[in-house]
Amino acid sequence: MKLLEYQGKEIFSSYGIKIPKSHLASNVYEAIEAAKDIGFPLVLKSQLTVGGRGKAGAILKCKTEEEINQKFQELMKKEVKGEFPKSILLEEMADIRKEFYLSFFLNRTKRCYSIIASSQGGVEIESFKNRIIMDVPIDGITSDLASRVANDIGLVDNEKIAFIEFIQKLSKLIHEKEAELAEINPLALLGDGTFVALDAKVILDDNALFRHEDLKKYEELSELESQAKENGFSFVELDGDIAIIGNGAGLVMSTLDMVTDAGGNAGAFLDFGGRATTESIYQALKVISKVKQIKTILVNLFGGIVRTDLVAQAILKAYHDNTIQVPVFARITGAESEKAREMLIESKAKLFNTVEEAINAAVKY
Amino acid sequence: MSNKFDLFDILIGKESDDDFKKKPVIIQGMTGSFGSTHTRLMKEYGTNIVAGITPGKGGQSFEGIPVCDTVKEAVEGTAAKISGIFVPAPFFLGAAKEAIDNGIKLLVAIPEHVPLIDSLKILEYAKKKGAIMIGPNTPGIIVPEVMKVGIMPAKPFVQGSTAVFSRSGTLMYEVSHTLTQSGYGQRICFGIGGDPINGTNLIEAFNLVRDKDDINSIVVVGEIGGDAEEKLAEYIISTNFEKPVVAYVAGRAAPKEKKMGHAGAIVYGNYGSAESKVSNYARANVPVAKRPGEVPDLLRCRLKN
Repeated sequence: MKLLEYQGKEIFSSYGIKIPKSHLASNVYEAIEAAKDIGFPLVLKSQLTVGGRGKAGAILKCKTEEEINQKFQELMKKEVKGEFPKSILLEEMADIRKEFYLSFFLNRTKRCYSIIASSQGGVEIESFKNRIIMDVPIDGITSDLASRVANDIGLVDNEKIAFIEFIQKLSKLIHEKEAELAEINPLALLGDGTFVALDAKVILDDNALFRHEDLKKYEELSELESQAKENGFSFVELDGDIAIIGNGAGLVMSTLDMVTDAGGNAGAFLDFGGRATTESIYQALKVISKVKQIKTILVNLFGGIVRTDLVAQAILKAYHDNTIQVPVFARITGAESEKAREMLIESKAKLFNTVEEAINAAVKY
Repeated sequence: MSNKFDLFDILIGKESDDDFKKKPVIIQGMTGSFGSTHTRLMKEYGTNIVAGITPGKGGQSFEGIPVCDTVKEAVEGTAAKISGIFVPAPFFLGAAKEAIDNGIKLLVAIPEHVPLIDSLKILEYAKKKGAIMIGPNTPGIIVPEVMKVGIMPAKPFVQGSTAVFSRSGTLMYEVSHTLTQSGYGQRICFGIGGDPINGTNLIEAFNLVRDKDDINSIVVVGEIGGDAEEKLAEYIISTNFEKPVVAYVAGRAAPKEKKMGHAGAIVYGNYGSAESKVSNYARANVPVAKRPGEVPDLLRCRLKN
């Protein structure tokens, strides 16, 4: 789960990590109230999960109330990589002496946590020179290791001490909250010698949420997503008209690739997991029925222990109670496939022997 | 470490062993609906399941297999070195640690949704104790026509000389099925796992079979996310890996920054993208199939050369 900047900063703040004075606003009145407390000049920062806000012009400076009036509306209407903000963060302008980069992340390759730090912050991570990477023990960073990171990015004396303290707080946060990533870019050294997190990019481990009641409030699911989640499905809404359902993430991804290769446009990705029952397939069809613009449903189910007649039963049930009206093209391997074929003969569903045939039928429809 | 660990020795043993092809296996979480269904299927397939563990249900039995409260009781007198872990994700850490503490050397970690920190902890602990973990979020491991520890159906697999390693469960079945239909049986197949952290990664899997004379080729079923395929390509080049390798990568058409079902299947920028994987494979002379059905043809070509 990727947090918005203000959410990440809330968690930072609870660990004593310094953040600039800021307020969240979801309308211009709130923004003007917030500005009274923060003072001018200030920055408006669109709250988006996608990266590259700065470049896209979704972070704007304001010197007056009039400017807020105009720029706040502008930001709320501004789409970045397909995403619109629900709120804007107003933040004081920091008295920056120098900018750094710091991130803690789960290193998939090395299978441990690693730190990346650089004395050049505020730019894209790929363009860094002089960046250092260090692996962190599973229990968190030691003061010795923190001190080495500080040395390597050229910090001495009080600044070094302040940095070590900062990085230890961040390490504690990462391990206690079970984050996959905590990135601060830029991390600013202020005129008064303290470090402050000017940005916050935090990704939490979804699988660990069950033991973090306090973090569940950040989970924002659309109605369809939460319905899918309740049923244990993995669901991604796309923008085409063919819904793809299958058992297994890899299989559904592979089907999505083949649909695209065949010239089709997928409108939904739904993996209903390992256990295919009449009820789970029916629920999957129910979720799909609520996705707009779906013209066909493609089912790709590979299973040795799946009874295809139970799948056919689910499809018939969904047609019968009008959950779905669109045709279903299915490739289902498993037991009782002749019986399943006969059951579906009068319906708008069609079974195929190969996934290629099913895809062709769906794309041509 | 991986070089010293002989997976086949653990899984099937040597011909001189009394329990050759009948190595004892324990199942943690055997009495749950998931565990019990698959225990029955594994037993039918020929896996020598000697005990199941469900705390609080010790003394009962299932399909003639005794149920124990602890791993300690289960391994006493059975000398089991393999455990299939079927417990729900929140209990994985405890179950896996208990297994390692009691001499289990091969953990087959089936559950999905294991917290990443728990995987890291078990991985570190297993290394310390000379054990290996396959998974989590894996369909398991199968030596076709001999034994399986996992949830894969039996039908797609037949004995042969190819090894199949897969980051996805159903695609492992699908690809093995197409191989079987084209006459390419498998010596061993296992799921690397769909999570960002894999107990046995692709390179370690390759190390496990690199010196096996009865394996003549490897099929790698990958997907978007992470850099496992990129690192594997590097490994194939730098260690001069000689067995023919054919790959498949799922997720070319997936949108960026979206988790595509597996926790590990997510692309950030170019990191984890299908293009990156395919171009790295090309450098290592590994052909990449456009769809699962194309894998046998590519394998045929590579085996001829």
